[in-house]
Amino acid sequence: MSTLTITDLHVTVETENGPLEILRGVDMVINSGETHAVMGPNGSGKSTLAYTIAGHPKYTVTKGSIDFDGQDVLAMSVDERARSGLFLAMQYPVEIPGVAVSNFLRTAKTAIDGQAPPIRTWVKDVKQSMSEMRMDPSFGERSVNEGFSGGEKKRHEIVQLDLLKPKMAVLDETDSGLDVDALRVVSEGVNRVKEETGLGVLLITHYTRILRYIKPDFVHVFVNGRIAEEGGPALADRLEAEGYDRFTETADA
Amino acid sequence: MTQKTSAEHSPAAFYNADALPPVQTRRERLSAFSTDDLNPVSSRSAEWRFSPLDRIENLTSGERDGSDVPAAYDITGAASVAHVPMSDPLIGRCGRPEEVASALAWHDTKNALIITASAQDASEVWITRDALGLSARAGHTVIDVAPFAKTTIVFDNRGDAMLSENVEIHVGESAQVVVVSLQQWNHGAVHLASHFCRIAANASLTHAVITLGGGVTRINPTAHLAENAGSATLLGLYTADAGSHIESQVFVNHDAPNTVSRVSYKGALRGAGARTVWIGDVLIGREATGTDSYEQNRNLILAEGARADSVPNLEIETGDIVGAGHASATGRFDGEQLFYLRSRGITEHEARQLVVRGFLNEVLAMVPVPRVQAIVHDALDEALEEVSA
Repeated sequence: MSTLTITDLHVTVETENGPLEILRGVDMVINSGETHAVMGPNGSGKSTLAYTIAGHPKYTVTKGSIDFDGQDVLAMSVDERARSGLFLAMQYPVEIPGVAVSNFLRTAKTAIDGQAPPIRTWVKDVKQSMSEMRMDPSFGERSVNEGFSGGEKKRHEIVQLDLLKPKMAVLDETDSGLDVDALRVVSEGVNRVKEETGLGVLLITHYTRILRYIKPDFVHVFVNGRIAEEGGPALADRLEAEGYDRFTETADA
Repeated sequence: MTQKTSAEHSPAAFYNADALPPVQTRRERLSAFSTDDLNPVSSRSAEWRFSPLDRIENLTSGERDGSDVPAAYDITGAASVAHVPMSDPLIGRCGRPEEVASALAWHDTKNALIITASAQDASEVWITRDALGLSARAGHTVIDVAPFAKTTIVFDNRGDAMLSENVEIHVGESAQVVVVSLQQWNHGAVHLASHFCRIAANASLTHAVITLGGGVTRINPTAHLAENAGSATLLGLYTADAGSHIESQVFVNHDAPNTVSRVSYKGALRGAGARTVWIGDVLIGREATGTDSYEQNRNLILAEGARADSVPNLEIETGDIVGAGHASATGRFDGEQLFYLRSRGITEHEARQLVVRGFLNEVLAMVPVPRVQAIVHDALDEALEEVSA
């Protein structure tokens, strides 16, 4: 059982006009096995939350804390966070020319586990994971994310989720740019990993459609760097019907 | 010793000299067998302005030992090696010196090494040069590839050297040729070379210069696509340490219709004060309709005070071509690539190694010689252990 606790989180980014506060006091507790959907309009700070958890150097935490099973996440380096069991599926996975997917996956698995995976089972696991995500085995020989379509990049992220077996995953707009079939494949992948490992999920999305496939236990609405409203799955249905207008109007007022 | 003294200034009829600023185009560059007819070795001449002239003096002035360059030959398939006098008609078919060191080496060399590849069978010639020592030498090699032959020639250069050489690569019609010059010289080594490649109709040449060690290494390949539908792929891969100077002046001369060229040079500058120079000239002549050409140079700066000069030049004398492009990029690590790898648990040190290796692998993967790939893989493992910047 793992718990990620975010307390009064304030985050700024550096801009031409000095630091700009994006998150203005976020509180959230995510336990193993739970799925939390973070929804909100563009610019509300959803992705900032994702990248801050992962430790992207662009973001500066000015106040608050992130605790993962008693460890101070903010004091950890990017790779230490990953090795502690946190995972970020990125909205825009980065291309790494000349580094083959198979080599990348094995290197990451070795880093996470602290030892190289046994060759025979590993090759089988990779093959199976890719096949479940409808990725041709030939992707193993291709450079990481290079020349991948948007959907292929997202499926590759979920393959990593499956193989690296983190305790807690942040999925940053994993649904964006996916057609219905790809959305289903990706969602099934997430659900399968969740079932197998008891993964906790922080699902960041602009749209409700992915929530038809990945059922949230909790829904948090982000507006202007804060949680404007929280609730159960019914809140997502309401957002689907009403949109974000009522929140943005409140925020403007 | 034949010593020809004419200088050629090929007329650039396409240009209106009055209308254009007086830049020196590649078309107009001097070529000659006498040093008197070439530009002086000076930081003001185009051929030498990036080179460390004080470190190469022994090869640009005075005398050199022109006896056979010590080498061991490992030959498989239908190829042979021999030495012939420099007056042999096989010599001088692929080009003429364009700078003083090349002209001096041509003059100093007593006998040329001739490597002959016939079409009977595919062949490979592995030339190990690891006993040259530090006294100044000159050498000349002719790689003579018969029509329809398939051959791979590798120069495996190690140890000490103070070598200036010319290499002629004569690629017969429809032949398929791979030539690799692999440098793992000692730190003090100096190696200047001009490679003159002439590619006949429907033939293809893959030429790779891989420099992983040495003091000053300046290897300048020229690919003359002289006949219809020839193709040339010119590859470069280098890692520059502290104090090393690695220079590549690459010239592709599209001189016939439907010719194809790809130039791809990539380097990592991993030592403080390391220096690399890449000058990529592509000339698409008036006869070269249907040309398809692309050249790129990319450098990764991994150390403080390292400097990469990268100068692509394109001269196009006909508009009727398939494509002509160039790219040049020099930069430090991409922070987003490192973040992505580290977010998967990979340490910063290992992430940097992966990125550098991947960067260089793109070129290495195009060198179709497994044994060369294996050597370079191992050498990079060792070299990149130290990458930390």
